[in-house]
Order: sequence, then C-alpha cells, then structure tokens
Amino acid sequence: MHYLSLAIWVPIVAGLAVLAVGRDRDAAVARWIALIGALAGFLVTLPLWIHFELGTSDFQFAERVEWIPRFDIYYFLGVDGISLLFVLLNSLMTLLVVWAGWEVIQKRVAQYMAAFLIQSGLINGAFASLDAVLFYVFFESMLIPMYLIIGVWGGPNRVYAAIKFFLYTLVGSLLMLVAFIYLYNVSETFSILEWYSVPLSLNVQLLLFVAFFLAFSVKVPMWPVHTWLPDAHVEAPTGGSVVLAAITLKIGAYGFVRFILPILPDASRYLSGFVITLSLIAVVYIGFVALMQGDMKKLIAYSSISHMGFVTLGFFLFSQLGMEGGLMQMISHGFVSAAMFLCVGVMYDRMHSRLIADYGGVVNTMPKFAAFMMLFAMANAGLPATSGFVGEFLVILAAVKVNFWLGFLAGTTLILGAAYTLWMYKRVIFGAVANDHVAALTDISRREFWLLATLVALVLAMGIYPKPFVDVMHSSVADLLAHVAKSKL
Amino acid sequence: MMTLSLLPVLPEMILLVAACAILLVDLFLPDARRHVGFWLTQLTLLVCAWVTLTTVELEPAYALHALVIDDMLSDLLKFFSYVAVSLMLFYSRGYLVARGLFRGETFVLTLFTLLGMMVMIAANSFLTLYLGLELQALSLYAMVAMHRTSNDATEAAMKYFVLGALASGMLLYGMSMVYGATGSLDINQVARTVLAGQGNRTILMFGLVFVVSGIAFKLGAAPYHMWVPDVYHGAPTAVTLLIGTAPKLAAFAFMLRLLAVALGGLEFDWQGMLMVLSLLSMILGNVIAIAQTNIKRMLAYSTIANMGFMLMGFLAANLNGYSAAMFYVVTYVLTSLASFGVIMLLSREGFEADRLEDFKGLNQRSPWWAFIMLLVMFSLAGIPPTVGFYAKFSVLEAAVNAGFTWLAVVAVLASLVGAFYYLRIVKLMYFDDPTDTSPIAARRDNRTLLSANGLALLLFGILPQPLMGLCVVALAQSGFL
Repeated sequence: MHYLSLAIWVPIVAGLAVLAVGRDRDAAVARWIALIGALAGFLVTLPLWIHFELGTSDFQFAERVEWIPRFDIYYFLGVDGISLLFVLLNSLMTLLVVWAGWEVIQKRVAQYMAAFLIQSGLINGAFASLDAVLFYVFFESMLIPMYLIIGVWGGPNRVYAAIKFFLYTLVGSLLMLVAFIYLYNVSETFSILEWYSVPLSLNVQLLLFVAFFLAFSVKVPMWPVHTWLPDAHVEAPTGGSVVLAAITLKIGAYGFVRFILPILPDASRYLSGFVITLSLIAVVYIGFVALMQGDMKKLIAYSSISHMGFVTLGFFLFSQLGMEGGLMQMISHGFVSAAMFLCVGVMYDRMHSRLIADYGGVVNTMPKFAAFMMLFAMANAGLPATSGFVGEFLVILAAVKVNFWLGFLAGTTLILGAAYTLWMYKRVIFGAVANDHVAALTDISRREFWLLATLVALVLAMGIYPKPFVDVMHSSVADLLAHVAKSKL
Repeated sequence: MMTLSLLPVLPEMILLVAACAILLVDLFLPDARRHVGFWLTQLTLLVCAWVTLTTVELEPAYALHALVIDDMLSDLLKFFSYVAVSLMLFYSRGYLVARGLFRGETFVLTLFTLLGMMVMIAANSFLTLYLGLELQALSLYAMVAMHRTSNDATEAAMKYFVLGALASGMLLYGMSMVYGATGSLDINQVARTVLAGQGNRTILMFGLVFVVSGIAFKLGAAPYHMWVPDVYHGAPTAVTLLIGTAPKLAAFAFMLRLLAVALGGLEFDWQGMLMVLSLLSMILGNVIAIAQTNIKRMLAYSTIANMGFMLMGFLAANLNGYSAAMFYVVTYVLTSLASFGVIMLLSREGFEADRLEDFKGLNQRSPWWAFIMLLVMFSLAGIPPTVGFYAKFSVLEAAVNAGFTWLAVVAVLASLVGAFYYLRIVKLMYFDDPTDTSPIAARRDNRTLLSANGLALLLFGILPQPLMGLCVVALAQSGFL
C-alpha cells in the first residue's frame, strides 16, 4: 500500500470535495465532510506507525516514480524515524483543528475547512519528500492555504500579518531554491539522500548554509528573523495558530535535520557556535520578552520561539542526547502549543478578547477549563511528568556535557518559562471575578472538553513514558550523527 | 536544401486568403450577424492548426529559396500562437460587442497580426524576419487605435507607433550592418560567415548592438520598456491581451533566429548585453509594478519583469537555456491569457474593471473566478503548484548551469519583490469586501475556455513534463544543440 501517498492525497482530495460540495447556506455538510476527510487522513497514517520497523535508519514506505525526467525529478517519498512522527502529528492536529473550528467558524465554512485539509496534505508531503524539488513544491505551496487562513478568518490586522508571513517565508525559500539548483548541477540529481554523500568544499558549504539557514531559520523561527510569528499568531484564527505553532514551525526545524546537518556537515560544525548563540538568545531574551506581553496569543507565540530555540540548540550540540532532546521538544511543543492556543481560543470565543487585563478569576466560572489549562501551563513550563520536561531535560543534559555555562543558560528557560506561563495563568484564571463578562462565562462544552482531553492524554503519556517516541527516532538520529561527523571536504 | 514545394508556407497562405475572404464577407453582413466573421476566423485558425500539425517536419525544410524555414520549433510556436489568438477572440467577444468593436476589421487585423507573427516565426532570412515584424507591428498599431473615441487608446497608439517605428529603424540598421559585414541575408549563411571569423568584427559588433536594442524593444525589456505600460493601459483590453500574448512567442523565435543562429558566433558578446537587459528588466519591472493602481499597468510591468526572467534563460546560450526560455514564454502566454481573460470577464459596458479596487471581494461575488485569478497570480509569482514555478525553476536552472549563479540570486530576490504585488491582488479578492456586486455574466464558451485555461496552469504545474519535454524536443529537432 502507498500509505504515504494516501497520507498526502486523502486530505487534499477531501479538501477539494468540501470545496465542491460545501455551500455557505448549508455549512453542516461542509463540516461533516471535512471531519470525515480529516479522520480518514488520520487513519491512513496509522499503518505507518504500526508497520514502522524499528532499529533501522532506512527510509521506509518508499515510493519512487519518475515525475519530471527533464530535470531528473522523482515523486520520491519515504519516512524515517524522524519524519514519521511529524506526519502523524500533523494528521492528528488537522483532525483536532477541524473539530475545533466546528461552531466557531461561521463565515465561509467550506473554504475554511478545505484550506486546512489541503494544507494538511501538503505538510505531510513536505515531511515525506525525499526529492528536493518535490519537497520545495510542498514547502512553498503550503504557504497559500495559510496565507488565506490568516487573511480571511483572521483578526483586525490580518492583512499585514498574512502578507508579512508570506514574504518572510518566501525570502528564505527562494534562496534555498537556488541552493537546490546549485546542488543539482554539482550532483546531477535532486535526490536528497544522494546529496548526503556529495563532496563540497568549505566555501561552497558555507554559502549553501546561508541559503538553507535563511529558509529554515525564518520558519523555525530563530531570533532575529522571528518577528513575523507574533503577528501571524495574533491575527490568525485559533485553528491557524494551532497549525502554525504545532506543525509549520516544525518544518523549519525538520529542514535542519534533513538538509543542513547531513548535506553541509563541515559548515554546520564550523558555524555551530553561531547557531547556538542565536538559539540561546531565543531562549533567554525571547523568554524575557514573553514575560512582558499583555496579549495571551502573543505571549504563547514568544514562548514558542523560546522553545524552538531549545530545539536548534539541541541539534547543534551534535550528540545523541541533544538531537533526541530537540526532536522530543518539537513533538511536545506540537502538543502543548496547540493546547495553549486552543485554550486561548476557548476564552476568545466567549469574550472576544485576548488581553490578559480583560480577564481574572475565570476559575470561578469555568472550573473544568481552569483545570485543563493548569496542566497545559505546567507542561509549557516544563514540569516533570509532562511532555514538556522530556525534551528540555535532554537538551540541558547534553548542553552541560559540552559546557557547564551553556547548560546553565539553557536551564534558565525552566525559570523563565515557568514565570511567564504561570504568571499569565495566575492573572487570567485566579483571583476574584474581574468583571461582568467573566462572571457571565460558561464552562467548556462537550466538544471542547474532549478536544482538550485528547491533548491532556498525549501530553501526559509522552511525559510519563517517552520511550516509544525515542525508540522510533533512535536509529535515524544515530545515522544522522554519523553523517554530521563525516567530513565532505 | 532548396525546394519548390510550398508545403512549408501552406498555413500562411491559407491564413492570408482567409483574411481577405473574411474582409469581403464582412462587407455583406448586417450588424446583427457579425458573429459569422467571428466563427469564420475561428474556423481559419482551426484549419491552420490542423495543417500545421499534420505537416510537422522532423528535419528542417526550406521554401521560397530558403527565405522561409519549417522546422519543429516553428510548427510548435505557430500552434501556440493559433491557440493564443483563438482564446483571445473567445475571451474578448463580450468586451468587443459592448464597445462596438465586434467588427470585421478586428478579425482581419487580428489575422494579419497573426500572419506577421507566423512569418517571423518561420523566417530564415533577415528580409523575411523584418517583413513579418512590420506586418505584425503595423496591424497592432491600428488595433490599439481602433477604439476611436478613447483618448487613452489614441495616445497609446501614437506612442506605440512612434517608438515602434524607431525600434524597427534600429533593427533594420543593425541588420544592414550585419549584411555589410557578412554579405548575406540568409541566416545560415550569416551564421557560417560569423563562425568562421570572417567579416569585419567592428561592423558586426556595431550591428549586433542595434539588433539587440531592436529585439529588446520588441520584447519590452528594460531600458527599452517605456512603451509597454502606456500601450497596455491605453489599448482596449482585448488588444492588450493580443499584444501581451502571442507576439511574445514570435519575439522569442525572432531572437532565437537572429541571435542564437545568425549571430551565434558572437555568443559571448550578446550574452553580456542580454545580462544587463535581464537584470534591469527583472528589477525595474518588479519594483515599479508595486506602485501601480491600474491592473493593466501592473501587468505591463509584470511583463517587463517576466521578459527579464526569460532572457536569463536565453542567455545561457545552450539547448538547456533556450528550452527553458521557450517553456517560460509558452507558460507566460498561457498565464497572461487567463489574467486578461478574467479582467474582461469582470468588465461590462462602460466599466473596464482595470483598477485594482475592482477586484475587491471577488471571492464573495464569485469564488470560482477568484480561484482562477488566484491561480494566475500565484503562477505569475512563481509559487508552486502552478506552472509559473517550473518556468522560473527552469530559467534559474539554466542560469546556474551556465555559471551565472549570482544572476539567479538577484533574480529570486527580484521575484520576491514581485510576489508582493501579486499577493496584493489575492488580498483584494479574498480579504476585502466587495464594493461592486453586479453579477458576472459571460457566454458559456468564454467561461468554459477561461476555466480550462486557469486549470491548465494548475495541471501543468502538477505535471509539467509534457510541455517541458516538448520544448526540448522541438529545439533539439530544429538543430539547437
């Protein structure tokens, strides 16, 4: 079975079906088709998890069909222990997002649902591509649905945010395209795997590094090219924020492990100090920035940047611990940031405000919700037994092994993360009921309850028993490190 | 090599006879039956297409004492020109009717323009090249001015005519220099002389400069681009559509015959010139387009930028580069057809729909046409999965392959600037509320073809190989190796 092709095309076809059938008058039809499509999209990825063979770094479920012979481009798919997890994460998140937008979205429902479904297929494609052009096509075309999601269903300043999001991402990716073409001219192939063994001089590697780094660091986003993220998050509808934080940021980090580290090992080692510095700035400085935010979505956006700093930090320590820590952090952040944005969405739907100052004492009117959010806030702060702890702990451990002060600076996140998340939680949830609007709040509905409960289960499961995740990625990470260690000069 | 067979020029002959016949028939048609001329024109195009496709030559064939060449390249480009002209007529029917321009003259001038392009495409001598160019240009001057009561159109026609005549003069001067240096008008003969290093080099270079200037003018490449925005803006949209599409195919053939074949021996000299043109066009076109409030003007600057991209592929000066440039032109024509097609679809009597605001809230008025325009815009911006991405990809590959990586970097930065104004159209269509809520009406054939045209951008974006491969095969069969 072509499970990967199914994972890509089932959501896209479902999205097109929603567009074709859904009418504004009859939104329920669009919702149900979208839900069925998203569920089917998730179900076809389960065999990937079940049949995935552990203990090998080979690419599995590979499909290779000639696509554009003019340039030796193949429709070449395959997943290893790293990309598999993101395909699963993405398909699950799409299901949750479709469900989360159920009653909230009233304007042009069919287009909303279709945008998310099509985007989901494109994202799966980016994670599963082993041909650079195929990857690029997916990587770029996923900008279109997100551009529309932010622009059509977003907040007051949505146009600015949407265009900024698009252009920022485009800068890097266009330079990456030139880098791809350069590598093709050197190696006569667009196969990413063959690029792992192409010899490149250090100067060439450094130039290619700049191109790749721009593309992926914007997407991660790393300091100082992160400024599009707070805007995009604040303006995007809840679903858009969830997908942005949980998935699209991961594609940036994924680009580091799939392209930069194995293709440019010497440049990566040469510039590791630079990347680590940027990562630490993200962790520490952006942590402080997050502390000062008055807008909940902005706060979580900055917290995302800070957490993603941990990911890139882990990657560039070049150790099994750091790499696995970074990857675990990516997955955990996928769950936790999605949950946090959903929580803000739950409050926003009722109050139409994201400002912390407008809230206070929510626990009095929404006790169930307060309990859920407590857990996610703890996970965001990296409390042991939640998923947030695993990745951070591994990365700090790896950092201390390299240099104590490195580990020390990285460790400040445990304090900063706890400070900004819990302080926000305290101001929003605890205290006396702040105003009449809060007093009129109703607790979460059944749909919202199960939505958040799913994420609670995942956050706790990964925090208590992370072994299945580590097992899946272990061999692939070892193989990746072997590539990084081997000079290509 | 020379043959008396007239088979290679059969399509041109049919077209000429048909154009004259339509002119006569039109005299006897009452106003209510103008569509007879329209359908006769479409029939002519169909017959020409059939003849061209059934007489495809695998080896180049010559006719009329080698004044004309018939190779796969010319057959393919002619075929695309028929398609472009035919679609242009379908798309503009409603527009022309509303403005009283749905007349025999329009069809006949369109056919003569096409004839000029076909001669350009099939020319094998400086004389025929020039003849075709002038026939095409003169017909277009007249067409721009056809909307007699419009001041803009008259002004545009004057500008077009004066500047176009200047460019023709330069081109002719350059050709005469080359003739003086090589002693021949035959393209292959000139090529042999130049390659052998015979002929006065100074005169050749002098001629080359003028020839390149003339070509740049016809393409609308910066710094010879001044006429493009005014003409695009002033001309009736139907004529803009004609100017913006098929002539680019002819200009590409023209450039190929003159520079790549005849002056192929001066490759290193014209590479540098084209590089300057390409850089200036990409940067100027994309930057100035941002400031436009009229979509026709915006698309004019977008054309300038796109021609810059095409030149980037061309200047690689090998099969890879030529085929990339050809693919670029063909996809550009396809995209351009759809863009002006949508503009005309939105226009109605007394309303041109050519301001950017006219696209506000199109998604709420008609999700389908908004989607088609979205495809057009992303294709022009070079965003996958539309065909525009592969066009940009091929020319970038050609440039990097030829060692001009820095040029490719500048090009992608320029296209980043370009992305902004294309995105703005999408923003207007999707993010804003409509100011105009009148229904969008058009004939069924127009709607079907325009939809197919738009979807073709997506289809060729998902499966670009057939079209790409065709360009390579046509060029390879025609001796561009």
